[in-house]
Amino acid sequence: MERLRERPILDVSGLPSVAFGRANTTWFANVLYMTIEGTMFALVIASYFYLRTRSQDWPPYQLPPSLWYGVANAVVFLLSVIPARIAQRAAPEGDRRQIRIALLALAAFAVVNMVIRGFEFTALNCRWYDNAYGSAVWALIGLHTGHLITEFVETLTILAISFTDKMEGTRLADVAINSDYWYFVVITAVIVDFVIYGTTRLL
Amino acid sequence: MAISEPIIAAPAHRDQQLSRTWGQPPGFWGWFKNVHHTAIGIRYMVTSFIFFLLGGVLAGILRWQLARPENNAVGPDLYNQIFTVHGSTMIFLFAVPMMFQGFGVYLVPLICGARNIAFPRLNAFSYYIYLVGGLLLWGGLLLNTGADAGWFSYVPLSGPEFTAGKRSDIWAQMITFTEVSALAVAICIATTILRHRAPGMTLNRMPIILWEKLTIAIAVIFAMPAVMVVSSMLLMDRTINTQFFNPSVGGDVLLYQHLFWFFGHPEVYIIFLPGTAIISTLVPVFSRRHIFGYVPIVTSVVATGFLGFSVWVHHMFATGLPQMSESFFTAASLMIVIPTATQFYCWMATIWHGRLQFKLPMLWVFGFFFVFLIGGLSGVMLASVPLDWQVHDTFFIVAHFHYVLIGGALFPMFAGLYFWIPKFTGRMMDDHLGRIHFWLFFVGFNLTFFTMHFLGLRGMPRRVYTYTPEMHWGTLNLLSSVGVLFMTAGVLVFLVNFFRSKRYGKLAGADPWGAGTLEWATSSPPPAYNFLELPTVNGREALWDAEPNQPIVGGIREDIPEMLVTNSLDSEPQYKEEMPGPSIWPFLTSIAVSIAFIWSIFSPWGIAYGAIPVTIALIGWLWPRGKSPTPRYDNPRMEKSWNG
Amino acid sequence: MSAIFILAGLPGDHRVLQPAGPQGANIEWLYWVVFWILLVVYVLVVLGFTHAGKRAYTPARGILPIIKDRSGDRRAAWVVGIAVTLTVLTLFAVLFMTVITGKKVEGLTSKNPITIQVIGHQWWWEVIYPNSQPDQTVTTANEIHLPVGKPVVILTNSADVIHSFWAPNVNGKRDLLPGYSSAFWMQVDQPGTYHGQCAEFCGLQHAHMGFSIVAESEDQFRAWKEQQLKPAPEPSSPGAGHGREVFLTHACVMCHTIRGTDAGSRMGPDLTHLASRNMIAAETLPNTRGALAGWIIDPQRIKPGNHMAPNLLEPGDLEDLLTYLETLQ
Repeated sequence: MERLRERPILDVSGLPSVAFGRANTTWFANVLYMTIEGTMFALVIASYFYLRTRSQDWPPYQLPPSLWYGVANAVVFLLSVIPARIAQRAAPEGDRRQIRIALLALAAFAVVNMVIRGFEFTALNCRWYDNAYGSAVWALIGLHTGHLITEFVETLTILAISFTDKMEGTRLADVAINSDYWYFVVITAVIVDFVIYGTTRLL
Repeated sequence: MAISEPIIAAPAHRDQQLSRTWGQPPGFWGWFKNVHHTAIGIRYMVTSFIFFLLGGVLAGILRWQLARPENNAVGPDLYNQIFTVHGSTMIFLFAVPMMFQGFGVYLVPLICGARNIAFPRLNAFSYYIYLVGGLLLWGGLLLNTGADAGWFSYVPLSGPEFTAGKRSDIWAQMITFTEVSALAVAICIATTILRHRAPGMTLNRMPIILWEKLTIAIAVIFAMPAVMVVSSMLLMDRTINTQFFNPSVGGDVLLYQHLFWFFGHPEVYIIFLPGTAIISTLVPVFSRRHIFGYVPIVTSVVATGFLGFSVWVHHMFATGLPQMSESFFTAASLMIVIPTATQFYCWMATIWHGRLQFKLPMLWVFGFFFVFLIGGLSGVMLASVPLDWQVHDTFFIVAHFHYVLIGGALFPMFAGLYFWIPKFTGRMMDDHLGRIHFWLFFVGFNLTFFTMHFLGLRGMPRRVYTYTPEMHWGTLNLLSSVGVLFMTAGVLVFLVNFFRSKRYGKLAGADPWGAGTLEWATSSPPPAYNFLELPTVNGREALWDAEPNQPIVGGIREDIPEMLVTNSLDSEPQYKEEMPGPSIWPFLTSIAVSIAFIWSIFSPWGIAYGAIPVTIALIGWLWPRGKSPTPRYDNPRMEKSWNG
Repeated sequence: MSAIFILAGLPGDHRVLQPAGPQGANIEWLYWVVFWILLVVYVLVVLGFTHAGKRAYTPARGILPIIKDRSGDRRAAWVVGIAVTLTVLTLFAVLFMTVITGKKVEGLTSKNPITIQVIGHQWWWEVIYPNSQPDQTVTTANEIHLPVGKPVVILTNSADVIHSFWAPNVNGKRDLLPGYSSAFWMQVDQPGTYHGQCAEFCGLQHAHMGFSIVAESEDQFRAWKEQQLKPAPEPSSPGAGHGREVFLTHACVMCHTIRGTDAGSRMGPDLTHLASRNMIAAETLPNTRGALAGWIIDPQRIKPGNHMAPNLLEPGDLEDLLTYLETLQ
């Protein structure tokens, strides 16, 4: 393998050093991470419904969680997709100003989400130690809240980086990937809301 | 990209340059900053082997206690801790970290023809987290507060009502540590295999071991969340009074079993499939031909990974589930035999139509054939619900899973170690000692575990610390315990062999076996940059199928750690990624995470407060360092808006 | 190979393969059929690998060149294809026999079974023969009597953790799960006493949680049941009378019932007919005066960690207590 001078070369010197979208390896890692977390959500939701089959009434002895905070938060989540998408489109163009504004807006939405989520916790009409139902509800909404908070911190970090001269190359790609993760938080929020608020009323 | 013929600089100068770029820092703190996969891979293999020895010592104590009826060497409390920690150690601290993480992290980038693993810092982090998890479990045992409810820790026994203190909490968090570690490695390995393969290594030319590691990475991604969820539920029931498993308020004890075994069964394939990949790698080398049935074998590997998720209820046949569902799981559990049987026949055909060089690793390969097969066949018995109703939770099961785990993972592991240690250390192991090791271990293993089939049929349940003489289980138990002496002797011979060979073994050179995969295309041990020339690939056995003028990759920068990224299917070059260099952040983050997880054993606020140092560490990790060289973008507009 | 026959022939019972009832017999049949099929498979595969190895073996120092000629592969493909097909067919056969056997084993039902409730405790078995009338309900522990040749349905439950009810001579096992009550059918056709043991790890004394099934004739069973329904007899001797007083004034009453006295706690086994049982402490000790004495004085020495505390008794008290307990036939 060391007969260098006779070996033909596959020359890759012209290739870019950054990739956006699906070609980016961090994008792929994010997909795997969403798969992991998505599986966790799926299993907790499955456990919720499994426990439901073991109870006569559901919720047992309690009112279902109050609807309005959940609906309000779902609406805010859905609206938050807009700044996330704006940031995502600005990244491959390198428009750092647009990125900063969009990420700032996204962070603001996340704050609103977290505040409403705080109210949601007070209006669940159950406690995690009451019974299996309460434990399942709190586990589900707690799991999602964990993601909400970590994604908020990550957005803030990238926002901070966007104010420095380090917002270049791979960091730009990271902006776009962060939006993907935000979509995941939104989708799981809607699903969790449906399970907690919707299925107790519809099914 | 043109295929051209420029003159390349002389090797010595390039070796210096590449070593500077890819070298890892020396010294005490340098150890904690190392992000190269070969170093991390060695750490995994050494650490997991130490846990194997420790788990073996525990097994020896168990067998000592069971050697005579009504023995009082070990009382019930200590016995329960010992068998729990034995099982947990072997599965969580040895089998997966060695078979998947150790071999995978070391070999996968080399076999792909890459200079490092994807996400090197995540990889380094995964090791520290694993180590802490292991220390946590053993710390508990050594302080007499070890987990004691079995490696699977069923509720309600492990729950707040029936296990006082921190025992089950320690177990639950050990799970969290080891599963986070495995998930991190899964992400690194899946990305490396799909995006960092040498040009020309299409999916159709990918070595079977890469197919297997990819399958396992995906299996880990889907299976580990289940055990994370269930161990967290257990921890929450114990620390913050959730009621997941309390039947009197709507909880369910079978929920635990479903979630646990949804993880637990894929877990055993996560341990076994790496064993089959080692066999699929070694058989062609020692039969001097390409493997027979590449497509059926790859299909079998992927199918097994997939089907592994469809059989979990066969661990719950005795719980009184409806007969219809039990029949389904019997059918699925029988079906999963088919891919493994296919692999067996393909291996047999490869040897049959090859030229067998019966070198030391091959002896262990044959050991796998004869030993694993017994376990696989007893598994067919267990798939059958009525038979399982009789032998479930008896020593018949203990016999079965040791035959499949030791036969299916440990024998291939030793085969792989004798095969690859020359690559890791640069020196061959002693052949004669290796054969003595084999026979001692083979005899001892069969003596210990074959007798257990009979014990199960005689009615001896599992997890009993003693039994009465009237049961007539004494002689078989004594024979079983004697087998341990042989196995221990064998492992000691291996250790002697290893340490002597490391110093005095024959120099291996780049490729002592005449193998076909890319790890043999570089020196033993590999340099810090893995390959002087990045290869391209022309067939399923890269070295055997290489053209006389097989191209090498040129145009990757050597002044910064840059790696080629290729596309998933055809491995066409797409872009060049600057990899992170040595960094202390993975270690610091692992400290922060460890504090949070361990704190949460004692207080639910542990996660809340512990999140703060974790956040700080992660920001430190992710914060871009220094000024990278000007990026090259694909988009011409980018250069203009660069300063905008 | 011969070692295996020696091992199999050691003294002692392979209970799984010595069925005393129809279900055990069905399972035993399935075991042997599957065993022989699998043995043939094993021998064939081992021969295959051995022959492949012998045929391909090439002694050589150094490394042989790679074989490029793959002309044998076409035939190998056929052979492998046939082998896989035969494997699939064999597995189907096993599946078929499994389903049949499963149906037979589960198919044991009756309109008029003997009903027994078995509730698992850490580390003993509460056995109840329920009846709509309380004074017709038998409550005992660890020893199950049933008439030969009649279907019995066991209603399982657990008072604490998961246990598993397993009498290998009779049938497979059924887990006792808290929060679940399942119906588990059994029938014993041959009279005798059959050993059973808990088969799901349940804590410190899982190893000492045995029970026995006493299968007897219809008449014997009825007689036993009649006897079990009676309350404890009045003590006939002063020693026994003093013994009863010892029982009622010490910790015993905290956990044990003796019907016909004021002792009514259900935490531990019902002792009303203790003396009628063959073994004590969940099949751990024979029911003899000496063993019972040792058990009462220090249960922790025999079953460390179990829920019965040691009892410091004067020798005289102990003797009288034992005398009283011996009257509880």
